[in-house]
Formats: sequence, structure tokens, C-alpha cells
Amino acid sequence: MSIRERLSGNEAVAYAMRQIDPDVMGAFPITPSTEIPQIYSRYIADGLVGTEFIAVESEHSALSTCIGAEAAGARAVTATSSAGLAFMWELLHVASSSRLPITLACVCRALTGPININNDHSDSMNARDAGWIQIYAENNQEAYDNYLQAMPIAERSEVRLPIMVCQDGFITSHSVENIELLEDETVKAFVGSYEPENYLLKHDNPLAVGPYGVSSYYMEAKMAQAQAMVCAKQAILETGQRFGDLSGRYYGLFEAYRMEDAETAIVLIGSSAGTARVCVDRLRAQGRKAGMVKVRVYRPFPGEELADALKGVKAVAVMDKCESFSTHGGPLGAEVRSALYDASVHPLLINYVYGLGGRDFAVTDCETVFNALDEAVAADSAKPVYRHLGQRGGDLSGL
Amino acid sequence: MKQAKDIHEQTGWRDMTPGCEIYESGTSRLTITGEWRVITPKWLEDKCKQCVLCAPFCPDSSIPVRDSKRLNFDYDHCKGCGICAKVCPFGAIEWKEEG
Amino acid sequence: MPNIVEIRWHGRGGQGAKTACMLLADAAFTSGKYVQGFPEYGPERMGAPITAYNRISDTRCDVHSFIYEPDYVVVVDESLLESVDVTKGLSASGAVIINSPRAPEALRPLLRGYAGRVCTIDARRISEAVLGSYFPNTPMLAAAVKVSGVIAPQDFMTNMEIAYRHKFAAKPQVICKNLTCLRQSMEEVQEG
Repeated sequence: MSIRERLSGNEAVAYAMRQIDPDVMGAFPITPSTEIPQIYSRYIADGLVGTEFIAVESEHSALSTCIGAEAAGARAVTATSSAGLAFMWELLHVASSSRLPITLACVCRALTGPININNDHSDSMNARDAGWIQIYAENNQEAYDNYLQAMPIAERSEVRLPIMVCQDGFITSHSVENIELLEDETVKAFVGSYEPENYLLKHDNPLAVGPYGVSSYYMEAKMAQAQAMVCAKQAILETGQRFGDLSGRYYGLFEAYRMEDAETAIVLIGSSAGTARVCVDRLRAQGRKAGMVKVRVYRPFPGEELADALKGVKAVAVMDKCESFSTHGGPLGAEVRSALYDASVHPLLINYVYGLGGRDFAVTDCETVFNALDEAVAADSAKPVYRHLGQRGGDLSGL
Repeated sequence: MKQAKDIHEQTGWRDMTPGCEIYESGTSRLTITGEWRVITPKWLEDKCKQCVLCAPFCPDSSIPVRDSKRLNFDYDHCKGCGICAKVCPFGAIEWKEEG
Repeated sequence: MPNIVEIRWHGRGGQGAKTACMLLADAAFTSGKYVQGFPEYGPERMGAPITAYNRISDTRCDVHSFIYEPDYVVVVDESLLESVDVTKGLSASGAVIINSPRAPEALRPLLRGYAGRVCTIDARRISEAVLGSYFPNTPMLAAAVKVSGVIAPQDFMTNMEIAYRHKFAAKPQVICKNLTCLRQSMEEVQEG
């Protein structure tokens, strides 16, 4: 039986955490993720969970706490945003290379500067090569559902990687919407308990973690990490299927919406996907063959699968809520373009940077993108292939 | 469970442990750091009063002590730093370049 | 999208516009709707203009943008009419609901040509008389419900009573006052 509720994205994640009751939480408050440890502290104070909450002086220490706890054999969680995630930078790599399946609720927010508290993906995208699994939510429901799937994915023995469950700051974290919750017992049975094979506090044999690895071992260690990320894809698919059987809500690597006969398509991540879905419906009602791909899993990146989903379209717009200053697009654009290189047919591709620092993305903005795609198809050229959406002052000079 | 002695520079990545974890203690014994030694200390047993001051000063635990008496150097792990010779009050450790 | 109602709230930091927006989402949720309630966040300062939004629908609200063409606008502080174009994008078949002791027609000239319905409610007087101090969000919420019709008035009162019983479990004496405040506001809202 599901429970009909209304919760914000942050409340939904805290609720999922309560149902899981992890062993340790190390966290330091930062907008817009602050409510997660705040609400969870109340659960602890009310005696609803047995989690050891470790209040620290920084995000660096928050993740260090999780690393120590997870290595010791505990299930550890944290939550952060923006500068907080940036301050975890070094430890993100320690966690993944030590193969510690920590769960981090990332409430995505712009990085400074100028100083800004609103949503974009510059924090999580800056951490994209840190060896963490990254799953993004469109709304509070997905933030909740993804959180419940995080540990069953990350803790599998062939995976053993930390996982970032991302949602859009304020847009989903602070927006109250309807949500279907699962019963506590259902969640506990689905997530299961954490039973690592080896851990620091295992009495029978002592364990050393985080050793020095000279050049003759370092590459092999990285290869093993890469293999774990390959295995994560299958784990994500199987867990998404198992979660669907339980809840009726099935999850894959991405959602392809009205893509079967689409001639133009938009590829994006997070809360904008709902807005794009509505836009696609409106365009379809006008007889335009528009489609949408919502990327749910960014790490591991579903390159081949995406290329296959896009193979029939004439033009595609890839939307990055993050500027990477490469001078030819953002991180999602680079991944999709790279995935399409090996495909037999290439659609025209425009990579848009949009929604930075909380800049709104309305249905009309999405329509602008589809109009640009139609123009590209008519002209048989996507130039300029790297644009900012809705910039005052036009495209970049000198490209 | 994989042991440290089974992992070496010919080991493929599939045969390494996740996160390079090591499932036993004291694995530094497997590394013969004695090969790094340039100057070899010599224990002059006749001059030695068995005060055992040298043993705690050795940074590589390469002076074995049994029944309150020191034994000869563990040359597999002694790096030849010379600290033992410096602290010996009786000149019972010789530490100089040969030849 | 005929079944979706979009509402925009204008207030000043500290007046409870966000709270009222969240309460409306709550009441609509309880009456069986799909809802969204969210404020536009920025540097929060007491007295600075703030905006909050509601979407209330019979199906899940997928759009996650701000609301540019609202069906209703609620203005919690009359003094905002000078600095903020509150009726911007407002549907002519909708309404603007303003917290003011004045009659709707007295405010219309300040609304930059808005031709739709103008409603006013003296939230200060009701709040101060019934609750003993100035909490404009409670009467504004009731006025918004009455004018927009997003929830049937009787359902709304029943839901709010449940919500207040939960919220004010520790001080039951204020439940009745808040309900009176809501009822009075629904009766007194003037439609121009």
C-alpha cells in the first residue's frame, strides 16, 4: 500500500533516510540541502532512528566521517550542495577509490561566483569524474525513489561505489508536491541491511584501507574502479526493475518521451524535464514531431543507449545546466556528442547552456529550443553548435 | 581471501583487491627494504653490554630482541640509517663505508 | 491544461506569503488535488518583495518553472502595487486579490490597466480583531480560496480545521480563532 502525501524534495529524502535508518550520518549545513540533516536530526531526537549523527565543522570532515564509518562496516550517508560538495572534492576521490558505497544526497546549486544560492548543475557536474555513481531526479517523487534505490545499487559487491542522488535545489528541494510513499517495512525489505564482506571492525581479520599505490599498481586500481562503474549500469537497471515491481514506478538509465517517431529532440537532466514534457505535448498537438530524453543516470553514462534513442532524429538539442568553459559546450553535450560519434547516423546537434544560477526554464524557453532545431533542420546546419539559451547580447564572439 | 603475498607487479587488475584493501597485518615484512641499504652496520658482539638501547631507536624494527637480549641485525629490513651506531654508548656497532 | 489553476503570491519577507502559499497547497492536497507550492528564493530580507507560486490540478503538475501567466494573483501587501507589476501576465478571466481596506475600484487605477476582476480583503482588520495581531496570511488564504474556487468552501473549512488541530495541538485555543478568521475573510472579500 502506498501512502499519499505532499512533501518537498528535501522532506522526501529525509523521509527515505528515516525509513532506511542508516548507521551514521556526517553532515554540515549548506543551502539548499540544509533541511535534510535538519529534518533528520529531529527524527534522531524523537528516537525514530538509531543513526549516529556526527556534527562536524565542515563538509571535508562530513565526508571524512562517512569514509571512516563506511570503512568500519557501517552504512554512512551525507547531504550537501554547491561549495559544500566542492569542499568534499579530495574526499570524493578517496571514497570512490576506497570503494566505499556512501550515499550522498546532492541538492544541486550553482558554484560561486558571482555568489548564488539557486539551482544549476555546476556542483555535481564538477564532481562527474570523481568516480561516483550519479542519479538525477526530476521531482520530489524521483528524489525519494532514487534515494531508496541508491544503496541496493551502490552496495552490490561487484559495484561498491559511492552514489550521489541529485535533485534540483529549490525547484524540487523546496517545492511541495504530491508524492506516493512506501510503507516503512516495504522500504526496509527492499533496501536490506548492509553486509560488506570485509570491513575495519571485522573481528576475525584486520583490514587496511587506503594504501599507497605505486605506479605499477595505480592503473590496475583505476581499471577495477572503471569495471565497477560498468557493473553499476546493470545494477541500476535491475534495481530500477525491482523497484518498479514493488511500487509501479519503473526506472531505467533515461526516459525517452515520445521519441519513437520524433524528428527533433531535447536531451536534459532534472526538473526541466517535466517542463520539456509539457512542451513536447504542446508541439505534438500542433503536429510537430518533438521528443524528449531525460537523462537519469549520468555516471555511468549510457552512451550507446542514448545514441540508439537518438538515431532517428534529424536534430537534437543537448541542454547543460552548467558551463564547462571548454569553448565548445557543456559536459552533457560533450558526452552525447561523443556517444553519437560512433553511431552510424548523426543528427544535427546544438549544445545549449541554460538555467545557470536559477535562471528559469519555462515551456516557452523550451519552445525556443525546438524552434532553433527546426531552423537547423531547414538549413541543414546546427551552427553555432554551442549556445547559451536566452542570453542578453547574443552568441559568443570569435568561435 | 586474497593475501598480500599473492599481489605483485605481474598481477592483473582483476586479481587485485577492491580499493587495494589489505586483509592482514604486518605485510611490510614482505618488502625487502634491506636492498636499499648503502652502508651496513656491524654488531660487535664482544663489545656489546646488552643494554638494548639500540633496539627502540631503530626506525625499521630491524634489531630483534629475544629474552631481553638483542640478536644480530635483520638485514632483510635494515636500511642502514646508522642511528643504532650513533646511540650505542659502547661503540659496539660499526657503521662505515667499506673498502 | 484546462484543469490547472496557477496562482502567484506577492508579499514582503516576513509577512507569511510563503506560508500562505504552502497552506493553500496543503488544503488543496487534502481535498484530493495535485499541487505545487514553492517560493522564488533569493537573498531573504525582512520587508523585501517576495514571490511564491501554486499550481493546483487534477493531474500531476510536470512544469517546474515560475508562473508567468497566472489565473489568480494574491497581493499580501498593498504597498507593493507601486513597485511591483503584480498583474503582469494575469489572465483577464482571473482575478487579483489585494489585502486592503479600500474598495476594489479604488485600487484599479494602480493596476496598470488590468481589466479583470479586482478583489480586496481587509486582512489587517480581520486578523487584528480575531487573532489579536497582524497575521495577514490566514485571511489572504481564505480570500484566495473563495475567489479562485480551487477548493469548495466547505471542504476548505473542514480541511483547515484538521490542519489546525494538527498544527496547534499544543495551543487548541487558537484553532477556533483561526477558523473564525478564515470564515470572516471568505464572507468579507469584496469582488469588484
